[in-house]
Amino acid sequence: MSDVVEKTLTALPGLFESQTGAAKITNRLRQLIKSITELTSKHEEENLIKRELSAIKEQVSSPNTTMKQMREIMVRAMYCEMLGYDASFTYIHAIKLAQQGGVLEKRVGYLAVSLFLNEGHELLLLLVNTVLKDLQSTNLIEVCMALTVVAQVFPKDMIPAVLPLVEDKLSHPKEIIRRKAVLALYKFYLIAPNQVQHIHAKFCKALSDKDPGVMASSLHIYLQLIRESPDSYKDLTGSFVTILKQVLGGKLPVDFNYHSVPAPWLQIQLLRILSLLGKEDQSTSELMYEVLDESLRRAEMNHNITYAILYECVKAVYTIHPKAELLEKAARCIGNFVLSPKINLKYLGLKALTYVVQHDAKLALQHQMTIIECLDHSDFTIKRETLELLFRITNAQNVTVIVEKMLDFLCYVPIKTLTFAPDNSWFIQTMNDVFSIGGDLLQQDDPNNFLRLLAEGKPEEDDQLRLYAVESYLTVLKGHTSHLPQCFLQVMSWVLGEYAHLQESVDRREVIRLLTQLLDQRSVSSETRVWILSALTKIPEGQTDLILDLAESLSSSQDTVLRQQAQELRHLSQDSQLREWVLVENSCAVDSSLSFLDGFVSEALAAGAAPYKPPHQRQEELSLNLEPYSFSLPVSLSSCSITDRQSPTLLSVSSGLSGNSAELSTLILEGVKRVWGKDGYLPQKEATAPPVDEPSAAVQPASQQEAAERIEPRPEPSTQNQDKQQLASSLFVGLGVGSSVSLLGKSEAPPPRFRKKPRPHESSSSSGTSKRSSDSSSRSSRNTTDSFLYGSFPEEEPATSISTFDHTPKSTTANGLSQNKDTKEDRHANTSQILGGDMVIVRPSTIQDKHPPSVSSDLTALLPADLKDLPHSDVISLTSDPSLSLSSCRLFRDEALLLVIFISNCTETVIKDVAVQLTCEELKVCTGNVMDCLEARSTSVCHYALLMDDPHTNVSLTGTVSYQTQPGHTNTLPFSGTLSTADFIRPLVVTTEEYGKLWLSLSHDVKQNLKLLTDAGDPLRTTLNALKDALQLHVVDIIGSEGIVACRLLSGAPCLLHCRVNGAALAMWLRSPHPALPDFILYHCQRALAHH
Amino acid sequence: MIKAILIFNNHGKPRLIRFYQYFAEDMQQQIIRETFHLVSKRDDNVCNFLEGGSLIGGSDYKLIYRHYATLYFVFCVDSSESELGILDLIQVFVETLDKCFENVCELDLIFHMDKVHYILQEVVMGGMVLETNMNEIVAQVELQNRMEKSEVNQVI
Repeated sequence: MSDVVEKTLTALPGLFESQTGAAKITNRLRQLIKSITELTSKHEEENLIKRELSAIKEQVSSPNTTMKQMREIMVRAMYCEMLGYDASFTYIHAIKLAQQGGVLEKRVGYLAVSLFLNEGHELLLLLVNTVLKDLQSTNLIEVCMALTVVAQVFPKDMIPAVLPLVEDKLSHPKEIIRRKAVLALYKFYLIAPNQVQHIHAKFCKALSDKDPGVMASSLHIYLQLIRESPDSYKDLTGSFVTILKQVLGGKLPVDFNYHSVPAPWLQIQLLRILSLLGKEDQSTSELMYEVLDESLRRAEMNHNITYAILYECVKAVYTIHPKAELLEKAARCIGNFVLSPKINLKYLGLKALTYVVQHDAKLALQHQMTIIECLDHSDFTIKRETLELLFRITNAQNVTVIVEKMLDFLCYVPIKTLTFAPDNSWFIQTMNDVFSIGGDLLQQDDPNNFLRLLAEGKPEEDDQLRLYAVESYLTVLKGHTSHLPQCFLQVMSWVLGEYAHLQESVDRREVIRLLTQLLDQRSVSSETRVWILSALTKIPEGQTDLILDLAESLSSSQDTVLRQQAQELRHLSQDSQLREWVLVENSCAVDSSLSFLDGFVSEALAAGAAPYKPPHQRQEELSLNLEPYSFSLPVSLSSCSITDRQSPTLLSVSSGLSGNSAELSTLILEGVKRVWGKDGYLPQKEATAPPVDEPSAAVQPASQQEAAERIEPRPEPSTQNQDKQQLASSLFVGLGVGSSVSLLGKSEAPPPRFRKKPRPHESSSSSGTSKRSSDSSSRSSRNTTDSFLYGSFPEEEPATSISTFDHTPKSTTANGLSQNKDTKEDRHANTSQILGGDMVIVRPSTIQDKHPPSVSSDLTALLPADLKDLPHSDVISLTSDPSLSLSSCRLFRDEALLLVIFISNCTETVIKDVAVQLTCEELKVCTGNVMDCLEARSTSVCHYALLMDDPHTNVSLTGTVSYQTQPGHTNTLPFSGTLSTADFIRPLVVTTEEYGKLWLSLSHDVKQNLKLLTDAGDPLRTTLNALKDALQLHVVDIIGSEGIVACRLLSGAPCLLHCRVNGAALAMWLRSPHPALPDFILYHCQRALAHH
Repeated sequence: MIKAILIFNNHGKPRLIRFYQYFAEDMQQQIIRETFHLVSKRDDNVCNFLEGGSLIGGSDYKLIYRHYATLYFVFCVDSSESELGILDLIQVFVETLDKCFENVCELDLIFHMDKVHYILQEVVMGGMVLETNMNEIVAQVELQNRMEKSEVNQVI
């Protein structure tokens, strides 16, 4: 600190000397900064800045303030903004400074503009003419500043104005101007690609510019262009290779050296471009083998930046068409990275490994010991990257160990890995750990999904699992419970309430005692208390005395909900007849035909829901995969097997490396006789013992045995090391040839125990506990008639849906109790917890819809002229009251969904100040309008552009219209509605080639068999057309029994659909860069076909 | 692309804030606080990369930082940037500052925030790396300084 003070003292006088003219002004800034450093509290800072800002305000509006003072004021304003205070009144002055001042003023003005204003700010319009003028200036600095500000803040719609001038700058004599112009054009390309299409030839000129700096900046553009369509630029491969050769050969001026490495950043860019060009293209790859080899060889100097180059080089070698010699060198490089004592390099090594294991699992095996060490590394980032690597190599054999490591780390277990759960006890135990460590940080879905898993199984099949859960929870509850997270307590109380009776040996009094004990704890939240009381209600009669005591003690509780529930509990325990009627025991006669749901089912079917299919009709489902549940989609993911996967990447890799992978299988045999566990590992089984008990060993050719022997002799492991080796062998088990499937994160044959799980859609009618799914399916069935059902549902409908998603099957039948306020609250607590944000039931408090929709259909005539030609939906009446009636219509624009709201004045008087407010949590509501008055008997139109960034099944909108019939008397009319993802899907027009390329680049895929419409001559074409009509898809091509279809979410993420006729079904395979989008599109396809 | 460049001191006081993507004012402050929180608790012997905080885009973005005496230089970048490349770019930037200010220290950044911005503009433009050659950057800055000096001379 003292040197800082010293520096201040010496620096300050110099500061003023150099700026004698501005000394007085600088004083103000100095004053400000000095006073800020003397402050002791945030509150003081606020006051000071407030004072400062009002002083600035005064100064800027004073006519006597000179331009030079303005400059200094602007710096002070920037300082205030940096500290987080609003100085928006200075924005206009920043623009003025840029417009009117000399070069120095302009510099401050432009800087302030680029710091203060974002791309959407309206004040930017005022800058266009200034920028145009400066671009044509003869002063280099002015041109530079204009180019910088253009690249920094100019929005899409202002680009055409400056584009020609920026383009001209590409041939400017000064290289700095050319360089900035190239980058500005790159920025334009990023925000508005179609506007710069015509200047591609000029980019080419920039690439061959005599100044290396200009050439280097043009690589930004080429990297982007090639990333988008590598095939169009294959012819440039030679040029890029030559450039890289020249750089490596030291042909650039010494100026470009950094720590005696020639132009390292340029090399990085070039290597990236080459890897994109050589990907899956043997002939192009061959052109670059030599230079990559050279690059690997050159980059041996010991500086950070050479490692940056090496890393890119290694990635390139593994991306392009493989060449054994290079792969070997690259693998050695990765080894150097991973083994490096420098932590940054270790990190990159792990990252490279994570990338490479997808192509070549052998490398991970080579470095298993280092990976184990990294797992216990003190650096969070390293650990995280190691887990990422482990996640990529999870398979059925090593899942227990990997999940344990993940739990150790931060209780972050991607539930997906639990797909491989080996047995009941492990599963329950792991979930216990997840709940108790992760606790309330878990996603809300996790406990619900877990409970559903327990609840939905068949009694005989799953009682084992439930029993185990009950036992395990009793043990947990007998221990110390105050530290347990609320969600775990809730899970436990639900399970005990529901299934404690399965365990004959357990005294019910004991269960009641344990649960009651929880109620006494202070740390238990009132929500959890409700769960516990519900559980107590369910535990069968006979223990009246305990229950009465409890009810007594709670009846004086301050919490009304608890008091209410205690009352109920008392009534129930005293009146056994009521109890029997309300809480039907499992053993009692159950209406297995579920006839009481007939009304609901037929209603749902009439609304277009898919009919129920018995389990054997359902196709194989991915066991324990919780993804579809979290969206509540009636989708089942078929498990992908390696044979279905047609990606050329995989094929080429497996063919290219078959020689190596044989060796691989011998490596794994070491120590895999037994899955490692805390107490499961048998140390007497030595690693060198002949692996006779391993089935794969039996079929192993002799040559591979030899290879095994060659590798197996290791330095005698110390005992401390042995632990690690055990861990290693259990972690890397199954990374052999046969199990390469697992590398893709998919299992061919997970243990049968966890294969099942009905799809939510069907289960809704069969199980009352699948709260969320039944809710969503009842909603979705309602929505099938029109996904944009507005206004209120008939009164009885919400009631039906509520009873289906009620908490337990027992209370579902508790009609007698449903009037009780507290059960409603209980239910409310549960639903709000169970339903995600996008699943809120819309129950508008408005007057019922009085007009049939057809009446308002002529309203489309009122659409603004520019919107009339857009495809649109029917007009639907939203809501109405005596003065206003609201209808709406959806217009499908390419980049957004336009929601048009028609507001009609039903009265004979003028309605004033009509303002519409629309809100939606999930969507971006872009534009809207307000009108001043609405003439009698007239209709006005306002429209909103809605953008969906992340798909949601159904999105609810709410809004209000406020208006004045008499002055000073404001009425409001609320309305609401839902939108479905289908409204946001747009066709994606691509050619078959583009489709092919895009397909390979997309990572998230989902497969599913769908219904094939067989009622016409060409089933595939008919089905695809039906889908196209329903969902605005683009049918790219139909070849024989296969069809390819493309769409996108507005102008965002694409989704590609590959359809194949498979017997009487349509096998659909969807891919998208967005993880959730395929699920949603599949869901809508299913619905569209079912509806057809 | 570089999403943001944040410089703050050991106490989390911002010294230079430059966002290349729009965030509302209060969000910017939250991001600064979150980033400081993430970076400041890391030892000096761990690696210089970490996942971006939840506010700035989570795991799609990386924070690449260097710690110099009293200051943290943090670059928030997307996956298209080379980690080590950016790490050395920070070094280039700091060395440039050192050349321009002669033994740069925190105070130079406080009192000459505008100048630091001008220097940064020659290194990174609109989130894209413009220049990595230190001599070139210094030459551009010198050019602007000369202009400033000529103005002062006029006044005198």
